[in-house]
Amino acid sequence: MKILVTVKRVPDPNATIKVKPDGSGIVTDNLKYVINPFDEIGIEEALRLKDKGGGAEVVLVSVGGKTAAEQLRTGLAMGADRAILVLAERELDSLAVARIFQKIAQDEKADLIMMGKQAIDDDANQTGQMVAALLGWPQATFASKAESLESEAEKQGVPGIIVSDGKAKVTREVDGGLETLQLPLPAVVTVDLRLNTPRYASLPGIMKARKKELKELPAESLGVDVQPKLTVIKLDPPPKRTAGRKVASVQELVQVLHNEAKVI
Amino acid sequence: MGNVLVFAEHQHHKLIKTTLVGIAAGKDAASKSGGECWAVVCGKAVDDLGNELAEYGVTKVLVVEDPALEHYTADAHAAVLAHLVKEKGVEMLVATATAVGKDLLPRVAALLGAGMASEVLAFNADGTMQRPMYAGNALATVRIEGSPKVVSVRATAFDPAAKGGKGAVEKVGVSIAAEAKRTEFVEFNEITSDRPVLTDARIVVSGGRALKSGENFKVVLEPLVDALGAAMGASRAAVDAGFVPNDLQVGQTGKVVAPQLYIAVGISGAIQHLAGMKDSKIIVAINKDEEAPIFQVSDYGLVADLFKAVPELTEEVKKLKH
Repeated sequence: MKILVTVKRVPDPNATIKVKPDGSGIVTDNLKYVINPFDEIGIEEALRLKDKGGGAEVVLVSVGGKTAAEQLRTGLAMGADRAILVLAERELDSLAVARIFQKIAQDEKADLIMMGKQAIDDDANQTGQMVAALLGWPQATFASKAESLESEAEKQGVPGIIVSDGKAKVTREVDGGLETLQLPLPAVVTVDLRLNTPRYASLPGIMKARKKELKELPAESLGVDVQPKLTVIKLDPPPKRTAGRKVASVQELVQVLHNEAKVI
Repeated sequence: MGNVLVFAEHQHHKLIKTTLVGIAAGKDAASKSGGECWAVVCGKAVDDLGNELAEYGVTKVLVVEDPALEHYTADAHAAVLAHLVKEKGVEMLVATATAVGKDLLPRVAALLGAGMASEVLAFNADGTMQRPMYAGNALATVRIEGSPKVVSVRATAFDPAAKGGKGAVEKVGVSIAAEAKRTEFVEFNEITSDRPVLTDARIVVSGGRALKSGENFKVVLEPLVDALGAAMGASRAAVDAGFVPNDLQVGQTGKVVAPQLYIAVGISGAIQHLAGMKDSKIIVAINKDEEAPIFQVSDYGLVADLFKAVPELTEEVKKLKH
């Protein structure tokens, strides 16, 4: 089985994001970048399927600038087998990125594509579903599992997605509960927070990762349409909340919430 | 003169509340594009839901019935919607960004080769839209190029549509190809809680690491949560410390909430947490540390020991409700 896992380079979720005064983007000076946290969960799940599920090749793919190689190396150090970096210096929208992944999945003859449910920079939550549609494959988004992240199964690194007989059984986090779907492979699965706790790259893993294959491909060489369908015209800082006032007692708090704010 | 089509979601054979939010957003978008607002409901036998939808001020309701649409799957529903958008020349497809909306719309967009904007907060008169990026740390003005367009709207950004008018109801037959029926629905484990869903609640009470243990979430925080009829949330620090499960996490990598009232108990206010709750209408912080950053975004702050203040607050709330 071949599992393709997508990896996006995004600003550290713990960093302070500030909009540039001219509204053309965010301030990137001294900004630290990481693997999109949801993609990290996708890598972990693919590695678990490889370790416990009868073997698989795990191939990482990223679309971005040359610097995205850093995140791919981290994924290789976690245990992925090889990586592909599609070089695009310009920002692409979800549909363009989905078309690139579609082409890579076809060329690689992937059986399963594992993706984070969304990237924490544009927060679009679109690409996985779009890749599935373009390939004509079924999809299961927001993969989760019934066992908690403190459970024994989780400690032992049991995969939450069950792959057998050419099918994937996926438990999804939906409004009001957990839904389970079964899809014939090939398929696209996007992952949510509760699926697993990703491993750290080990020191031997980091050493090995240096020798693993990381292939760079210019986006233009793929011959796919990357014309944007969604244009970001400008960014504004969100309306600023100003600190309100301190209340002296619980009684005063209840009083203002009831009479002034009228929310209780 | 583009018409807007709103996808109407239902559960247990009832239209869900957020569907009316989608209708309100669709009407707003249609009024700005000078077109009509239509709705579409899909299911096994849903003509009564179609009739009900018609009472919410839409011009037309399309009803699509097929056994393959009984349980929602992206596969079958996306095929139906993509077909309808093409067949009816729809300019914009809208749904609320619920779990179903988020799963479905991008698939439809890709089938149509259309651009999509997610979690839209407002439609501007010039055809552009507002949406949050970077977990709400930036507000983007975006434009979808070409037509059709696909838009999901944030459930808290529009007031639900009110009843008024009577639209036409039209049954539409759509043949669903076999390959759109390959996703097999296995089961749905509904979480039966008396508490409202975190992302849908009018009041949210969240606890942080200062609660010190999972036990204290139960004995100190939960009575307040229930006295207010609220949903319970937690900071990432409390989740990482193992006090409560991850699905309660409010923050950039957890749930984004925007209730009428958000009460942060023993939460210092890390950026990652603020990103998940700062769009709440009223924010209250209870914290021992006067310098905690959470006070900078709070409408009302109480500097106090939570183990004393929270039980007191619970009692006061109960008194108020009697």
